[in-house]
Amino acid sequence: AAAMSVNADLRRERAAATFQPELLTYILDGGPERTRRRKEIEALVLNDPDFQHEDLNFLSRSQRYEQAIRKSSLMVMKLREYGIADPEEIYWFKSFVHRGRPEPLDLHLGMFLPTLLTQATPEQQDRFFMPAWNLEIIGTYAQTEMGHGTHLRGLETTATYDPSTQEFILNSPTVTSIKWWPGGLGKTSNHAIVLAQLYTQGQCKGLHAFIVPIRQLGTHEPLPGITVGDIGPKFGYDEMDNGYLKMDNFRIPRENMLMKYAQVEPDGTYVKPVSDKLTYGTMVFIRSLIVGDSARSLSRACTIAIRYSAVRHQSELKPGEPEPQILDYQTQQYKLFPLLATAYAFHFVGAYIKDTYHRVNGDISKGDLSELPELHALTAGLKAFTSWTANAGIEECRMACGGHGYSRCSGIPDIYVTFTPSCTYEGENTVMMLQTARFLMKSYTQVTSGQQVTGMVSYLNDLSRQRIQPQHVAARTVTVRINDPTSLVEAYKSRAARLVESAAKNLQAELNHRNNKEDAWNRTSVDLVRASEAHCHYVIVKLFTAKLAEVTDAAVRAVLTNLCLLYALFGISRNAGDFLQAGILTSVQITQVNQHVKELLAVIRPNAVALVDSFDFHDVHLGSVLGRYDGNVYENMFEWAKKSPLNNTQVHGSFHKHLKPMQAKL
Amino acid sequence: SVNPDLASERQTSSFSVERLTALLDGGAEQTQIRRAVVEAIESDPVFSRENQYFQTQNERYEAAVRKAVHLQKKMHEMGWTENGPEYKYLYRALSGDVAFLLHRVFMRSISMLGSDKQIAKWIPLSTQHKLIGSYAQTELGHGTYLQGLETTAVFDTATQEFILNTPKISAMKWWPGDMGRSATHTVVFAQLYIHGKCYGIHPFIVQIRSLQDHSLCPGITAGDIGPKMNFEHIDNGYLLLKNVRIPRDNMLSKFCEVQPDGTYVRQGSQKINYFTMTTVRISVLADEVLTPLMKACTIAIRYSVVRRQSKLKPGEQEAKILDYQTQQEKLLPQLATAYAFHFINDYLQELFNRGYGEIQRKNFDMLPELHALSSGFKAVITQHCTAGVEICLRACGGHGYSLLSGLPSLYTKIFASCIYEGENTILLLQTARFLIKCFMAASSGQPVPPSVTYLAAVKHGKCPAKNKLDFLSPDIYTEAYQHVAVRLTSSTAAKLQDLIQSGVKKHDAWNQCTVQLVQAAKAHCHYIAVKNFAETVEKLETKAGIQKIMKHLCDLFALHGIFSNTGAFLYDGYTSAAQMDMVTASYLDLLAVIRKDAVPLVDAFDFTDKSLNSALGSHDGQVYQRLYEWAQKSPTNQMSPAYERYLKPLLHNTLSKL
Repeated sequence: AAAMSVNADLRRERAAATFQPELLTYILDGGPERTRRRKEIEALVLNDPDFQHEDLNFLSRSQRYEQAIRKSSLMVMKLREYGIADPEEIYWFKSFVHRGRPEPLDLHLGMFLPTLLTQATPEQQDRFFMPAWNLEIIGTYAQTEMGHGTHLRGLETTATYDPSTQEFILNSPTVTSIKWWPGGLGKTSNHAIVLAQLYTQGQCKGLHAFIVPIRQLGTHEPLPGITVGDIGPKFGYDEMDNGYLKMDNFRIPRENMLMKYAQVEPDGTYVKPVSDKLTYGTMVFIRSLIVGDSARSLSRACTIAIRYSAVRHQSELKPGEPEPQILDYQTQQYKLFPLLATAYAFHFVGAYIKDTYHRVNGDISKGDLSELPELHALTAGLKAFTSWTANAGIEECRMACGGHGYSRCSGIPDIYVTFTPSCTYEGENTVMMLQTARFLMKSYTQVTSGQQVTGMVSYLNDLSRQRIQPQHVAARTVTVRINDPTSLVEAYKSRAARLVESAAKNLQAELNHRNNKEDAWNRTSVDLVRASEAHCHYVIVKLFTAKLAEVTDAAVRAVLTNLCLLYALFGISRNAGDFLQAGILTSVQITQVNQHVKELLAVIRPNAVALVDSFDFHDVHLGSVLGRYDGNVYENMFEWAKKSPLNNTQVHGSFHKHLKPMQAKL
Repeated sequence: SVNPDLASERQTSSFSVERLTALLDGGAEQTQIRRAVVEAIESDPVFSRENQYFQTQNERYEAAVRKAVHLQKKMHEMGWTENGPEYKYLYRALSGDVAFLLHRVFMRSISMLGSDKQIAKWIPLSTQHKLIGSYAQTELGHGTYLQGLETTAVFDTATQEFILNTPKISAMKWWPGDMGRSATHTVVFAQLYIHGKCYGIHPFIVQIRSLQDHSLCPGITAGDIGPKMNFEHIDNGYLLLKNVRIPRDNMLSKFCEVQPDGTYVRQGSQKINYFTMTTVRISVLADEVLTPLMKACTIAIRYSVVRRQSKLKPGEQEAKILDYQTQQEKLLPQLATAYAFHFINDYLQELFNRGYGEIQRKNFDMLPELHALSSGFKAVITQHCTAGVEICLRACGGHGYSLLSGLPSLYTKIFASCIYEGENTILLLQTARFLIKCFMAASSGQPVPPSVTYLAAVKHGKCPAKNKLDFLSPDIYTEAYQHVAVRLTSSTAAKLQDLIQSGVKKHDAWNQCTVQLVQAAKAHCHYIAVKNFAETVEKLETKAGIQKIMKHLCDLFALHGIFSNTGAFLYDGYTSAAQMDMVTASYLDLLAVIRKDAVPLVDAFDFTDKSLNSALGSHDGQVYQRLYEWAQKSPTNQMSPAYERYLKPLLHNTLSKL
């Protein structure tokens, strides 16, 4: 088709922006050089005919899997050919090749190879690493079972050591112990790192990792004793063969247990690992990636919804005038702009977590583990907070696109189904929030026993100081200036302190009633989750505010300041009860906050399109007809629909099969 | 055999499940009829949904057509008629998985909008399925805002025909169900032009496909709009019209007629019509919105007593996940919501029946109120139920994400209800317009309809609760809801007036207040739902434990609403900070109480396993076995060409050959 010019509405929007979108893109990427490199890698993929294929929306699941595996193979080869080795650059490359979707080699590249590097002995690395690097061995990481996910200790797969043959005998003793969900397990992998309860000399030694061959090299048929397959259709993840694995007296040599830390000697003697804290590091890393994913997924949905809202005209605002862009309706702005602000907030949080991880990781390698517990707790909470928020936000974006948002051509259904499992994987969100709460309660106890705490929870130190004064916490007066982000950070801090304190007191009250700690904890868990959420919310507002000071360009800083204010004030408006109940804000102030939110919507409106342009998603990556950069929505919806499988023939087969006979009979 | 973890839940029920089912059905006889219909449908293999999750869009469509055709035969066999008592249960029994639903809308629009002559001609043809109808209103460029539609119908006096055109891309009809592949005829809504003058939107019957070979008629371009989040079985379609000529008789002319010389004549009142449109919004609620939430609750709650995870007490067995407070806090409010909306739906149906009687007697007084209620509740119910289904989905962790859980399909299907039959934000603003008007009238002492008389009685009191048990008193919480609804309406009305008095134009002032207006409309509906639930409970029989458990659910529904929106209740000091702590305490206590009856409460919805079509939610609780069995049926576990084509060369390290 002939190149179409950019839709007039979008052209006007872009011309009216008060800042240069590229400057903001540089901030998101971490500098102009990173942006340049990202675009370079993007071009490598997009200009490569090997990575072209028809729209995935029209393919069956098997076909999508096939496309994905084809592209994955080429991707591995080309990454090496181009010498791309930096983890972030690999991530970009992969993300462009697979357009933000999962792919069957994800676990091989992301879990199997790294686990070999960190947990295998040098001899094991010799045996497995190079074949795996060369893809003769394709592996996955089989942890989750049908009956257990986040609660690892409950896993039931067993590995029993038999000293007579020097082998481990692997078994899935119950239906619930069948490995279930691991990506790439169903059809792709010929090996798996299996987590199982180790039994030796009649004793259970807990979970350990074993390298298990599952398919015959050469024929790819399952090995005797192995039952393996695909777990069937899911909400999304069509290109991923999430699989099941059942083992019946399957024997592997002793040398297949990953023995860098714990070991089983030939006679069956178990040698304990030195420390298990190190595994925290990997979890922190993966959860920090999810925070970044939350930002990106929400940004994509916002890009689509905001561009479409600038192109779509509907109804009337002023009698007699042409139909306005739907983005001019206050209700539409109220749906979308807070989400846009949230997307920016999460970008900065994601970057902070990543940097902190690298810093703390450096300390760890020097033997300093002091910051790890807080980072671990914070990452768990932020993973849950951002993924929940982004999940709901993507749906709001879809809803804001009306009927067309429901069509797969909008791209939002795909973003949603791809993103939503992150609320569950790598730690179920509620469980994550409770982990953060555990850290908050521990910190609170420290403070009440006179110790000082440091880091993001240091606001708890103030609580003990206030307790010296006779007045109730709620009676405290805080002067909040609603135009000043720094002052709003203080308001969020007070809210977090109040909810942490209240949860701690409720927990104590429950503990006084009963002597069962777990029970008391359970009966306080709704309060505990609220406390964690308030803590995370405070951290996000704080980090967003801190980011403003780093921005040098005045125009960009101005627009980001408005977004930051909107993020903070909208959060207050939505959680007004917390601020009122704690006496942090008065009803009059809440009215002012609500009013200011609406004023900010109007202030942000002229920059809305430029703000999503700054995310700099290529159309191919965005995968949306509604969110196209050129805004030529309707023409392209029609072109897209013509390719629907139902349109393959002019008269559908069911006419001859069912309709015609019915009409003949009646 | 039934999983013992599920069986034990049923032994401790505090009420009679069978009686509650009868209550939900509106009587034990109704339950009997419903079960008979469900049994007849489910025992017929043609209606099976067993492979649904594995089918492609083409296969789903074909199955839906086959079922629609077979349904005609079945109805004949069983002696069911469209006016019989069985008919209303058919859709539920089929779980909506059937084609030609728009055929009925086609027929209804002819009955409503057509002249007697037109009805006599088209209805028999439709009833006998000599033709298949659809209803083409929405366009690519316009949905809820009907005046903006761009399709044109120009009257040509010379030939006595209308010439229909979709003059630009955005005018193309887009979304109508059954139109992509099936329909032979459709009712097209178009701007009527006579002698160059536009008379607004009118309905026209247009034949789009040949009755002989189903090929498209001249001037027609039509097809399927492509994959959606759900409704794969429905061929939502597009339609382009290029100088399509239809006879003058094909304009539906009960209310407006174009005479041979081009004279435009209006006749009769459209008010009944308007009323019918309003009723449609309410009529979809039970099957399309409440049923999915009830199914989702059934699946999630049964699964949550079968799934055990982690330990609550050291040394004991792992705990059922429903024993975790956080899990209860996700699921039980959804259960209470399902019951609350079931009762409000009953209330609305009754109100509309009464309204229908009045309108028959040419009394149109109730119309504005009915319209406001239907708009507001359509929006509020669809929004809450959609959110509720998603909560259920996510509460099932990883397994909820599998299509085999049944939850993703329920979610993607109910989601569409937020958009069709009027976009929710627009509907809430319609309700708000009514509220503001009534508030102004009430303030100046004029009479207002019954549902809004409370707006006149503005009280500036404080919540009188003294301890947490007081919050289990319907009077206390109903009044709190009323207070919030009045405050939001009155403050928005005041704000609007301020703006207008300060010189802002009326429409600008309205747009500047829309966020608040939406909140006011929601508060109004929430208040009525709480009040109605409380009143319903009061009237229930006290026997068999029904009233008691319903009272708990009513309390939970009300307190959950306060707990999730504390700001609205604390604002202006109506509820104090200390009282809010009491609300929270009472609310959390209730969770533990209702927890004990959670499984019987979903059993009472009385869904068969086939209708749930869920590996997680079956009555026997054999979750894991079923998940494993069903997964093995997946087409991905049959031979795939991917191995030979891509994997083999990859594994054998012959990448360069790719």
